[in-house]
Amino acid sequence: MNTEKQLYTVSIYTENNIGLLNRISAIFQRRHINIESLNISPSEIDGVAKFTIVVNMTEVNVKKIIGQIEKQVEVIKAYFHTLEEIIYQISGLFKIKSELLFEERQIQNIIKESNARIVTVNKEFFVLEKSGRKEEIAELYDELSVYGIMQYTRSGLIAVTKEEMKISALLKKYNN
Amino acid sequence: METQTISNKEISSKTTQRISGSEAIVRCLIEEDVKIIYGYPGGAIMPVYDELFKYQDKIHHVLTRHEQGATHAAQGFARISGKVGVAIATSGPGATNLITGIADAQIDSTPMVCITGQVASHLLGSDAFQETDIVGISTPVTKWNCQVTKAADIPGALAKAFYIAKSGRPGPVLVDITKDAQFEEFDFLYEKCTKIRSYTPIPKTVAGTLEAAAKMINAAKKPLIVWGQGVVLSAAEEQFKALVEKAGIPAAWTILGASALPTSHPLNVGMLGMHGNYAPNKLTNECDVLIAIGMRFDDRVTGKLDEYATQAKVIHFEIDPAEVDKNVKTDVAVLGDAKVTLKAILPLIDENSHKEWHQEFKDLYKIEYEKVIKDDIHPTKEGLTMGEVIKEINIQSKGEAAIVTDVGQHQMIACRYAEFNKTKSNITSGGLGTMGFGLPAAIGAKMAAPEREVVSISGDGGYQMTIQELGTIFQQKAAVKIVVLNNDFLGMVRQWQQLFFDKRYASTEMINPNFVAIAEGYYIKAKKVTKREELADAVAEMMASKEAYFLEVCVEKEGNVFPMVPSGASVSEIRLE
Ligand SMILES: Cc1ncc(C[n+]2csc(CCOP(=O)(O)OP(=O)(O)O)c2C)c(N)n1
Repeated sequence: MNTEKQLYTVSIYTENNIGLLNRISAIFQRRHINIESLNISPSEIDGVAKFTIVVNMTEVNVKKIIGQIEKQVEVIKAYFHTLEEIIYQISGLFKIKSELLFEERQIQNIIKESNARIVTVNKEFFVLEKSGRKEEIAELYDELSVYGIMQYTRSGLIAVTKEEMKISALLKKYNN
Repeated sequence: METQTISNKEISSKTTQRISGSEAIVRCLIEEDVKIIYGYPGGAIMPVYDELFKYQDKIHHVLTRHEQGATHAAQGFARISGKVGVAIATSGPGATNLITGIADAQIDSTPMVCITGQVASHLLGSDAFQETDIVGISTPVTKWNCQVTKAADIPGALAKAFYIAKSGRPGPVLVDITKDAQFEEFDFLYEKCTKIRSYTPIPKTVAGTLEAAAKMINAAKKPLIVWGQGVVLSAAEEQFKALVEKAGIPAAWTILGASALPTSHPLNVGMLGMHGNYAPNKLTNECDVLIAIGMRFDDRVTGKLDEYATQAKVIHFEIDPAEVDKNVKTDVAVLGDAKVTLKAILPLIDENSHKEWHQEFKDLYKIEYEKVIKDDIHPTKEGLTMGEVIKEINIQSKGEAAIVTDVGQHQMIACRYAEFNKTKSNITSGGLGTMGFGLPAAIGAKMAAPEREVVSISGDGGYQMTIQELGTIFQQKAAVKIVVLNNDFLGMVRQWQQLFFDKRYASTEMINPNFVAIAEGYYIKAKKVTKREELADAVAEMMASKEAYFLEVCVEKEGNVFPMVPSGASVSEIRLE
């Protein structure tokens, strides 16, 4: 078993209950595990929420954590995956002074080459959106920061797995 | 959002009745066959108390003297009855006072439902008078909790609470109910909860694991069974005994497993852990197959983990999958309810006796007897020992009493020397080690099993943490026998100071009050014993009493509990002196 720390995504399918975020984050907190990113959204199943949590830890420990998470009454199922086993995206938003768009030709090239999307433009600022891997967003950040970024924010990682997660089948079984 | 829904078909076949949320709470308890609850009133739970007044012929409410006492009493009740214990409290300080008992119940897997009143929902989050976020506070120490702000959600939430508390690996749950929800009227209908989509109380036994375990057990030359409370919680005592006897395997217990197999059983080789017996601790590191049943490899049991039974193949019978491989890596995990899995494995087990291996336990017992036990229970030097008091209680109760202990040296001594002839006879705070547990837990135990002799054994320290519950004993006429082993010290801490802090007794000496006068102040018969010659008669008088009785025994001030596995050491480094 791998005893080195690496990034894992933990995907948790849950009933949509108030307070569950507290319970789940406490599991990580108690063990002094820093959550690198966290996303909670509806899943493909009606009434079922999905947590996507990125953590840096060993395989042995991530397995134990999964056990503790699944123990929570409202957790339907939890999985963990390495980054190679998933397809993921992160989204970054950059707010930049509008004058730069017109005065710095290079910025237009950066936008084009990075496949970033202009979300909105007004007199004062424009907003760029870039989805991709963490490094791609970091690269765009580096390039833009030369010119000055007014605001920058990045989402948590969202992911789907390459392999099928048999969660619907599982739920069907529970319902019967 | 609640997930427990009742299908329309079921609703149409039942009649509903318009009642208030607070009445619904009481009716839910009645539906769950709750007959005794422990609690303390206050503003945010008053509507419920008013209903309890109305329904007092159905539910007996016990007014404890502190909410902590209510939780411990509910725990004592649950531990001896196997049913869910119920505690109620008002919002704010009432609710926070429950937390110690809830945390204790969580780590010791005790089924308990706590109901707390909460400020009206429009005040939530405003730091209103007596508002605390009890759902947030109790989250890490409950199996499940929720807040109800609408009367119509009360039956669903309580049904779920009882189901979760008692199913699978039991535990405490908390339901916080706002005052407006208690006043609101709605159409009451109660349906017991029998399943929750996201919750699997008992995991499926993985195919082949029973066979693999049986094969390993049958091939073992030096097998050792270590059992815990799981055997008691799944009521598997009979199946467990059958397995132990058929396979002829020496079996040792964790503190919460005590009494599942009688002390006198020839294959019972004693207690594991820090102050456990010499043989099972030492031989843990010599067995070839370690069979753990309903226990979770607590660090008090394993000592230094990387030197724990590393030579042995490990089989783990366990209901909670998260416990498997948590501390000790297993070779075969038999998931499921112990009663079911033990029954299923029995036909696969060969008859055996392991005579030579068992002899090794007897040999080590002899060493422990000479070095420790003899002086503990048949002392010749001056000063009463805790051990001889326990021995006297054994004699007078014929080993039939339920022993409820507090936390400290007396707890270890009581567990080491008490004779447990019946299951569910050892009620103690294991995982949390909560001082103050003993006295209120004894009240709950006695009320759950009035036909049993319940003896509470406390130290002078822990006793004073919940001494006010003498008031509850008096008011309830609960005939518990209270023994305080008074060494004028916080004995267990003093022992550590002696052994590991150069005898610097920082803040462990206690100047104690007149305990007899305090008990008598509560109209409880009381006696104090200072000499060996007085002990037997005093214990006899206590046991003969039909009412509650308080006995203070002044024991040697600096007695120590041995054997001992120093913390952080391996179990085979167990010390006899
Ligand atoms: C609530 C709580 N506070 C502190 C402790 C730490 N502690 C463990 S044993 C002990 C001493 C117990 O003394 P006493 O009740 O007199 O019993 P003895 O050890 O003398 O039998 C203490 C302070 C604890 N277990 N629980």
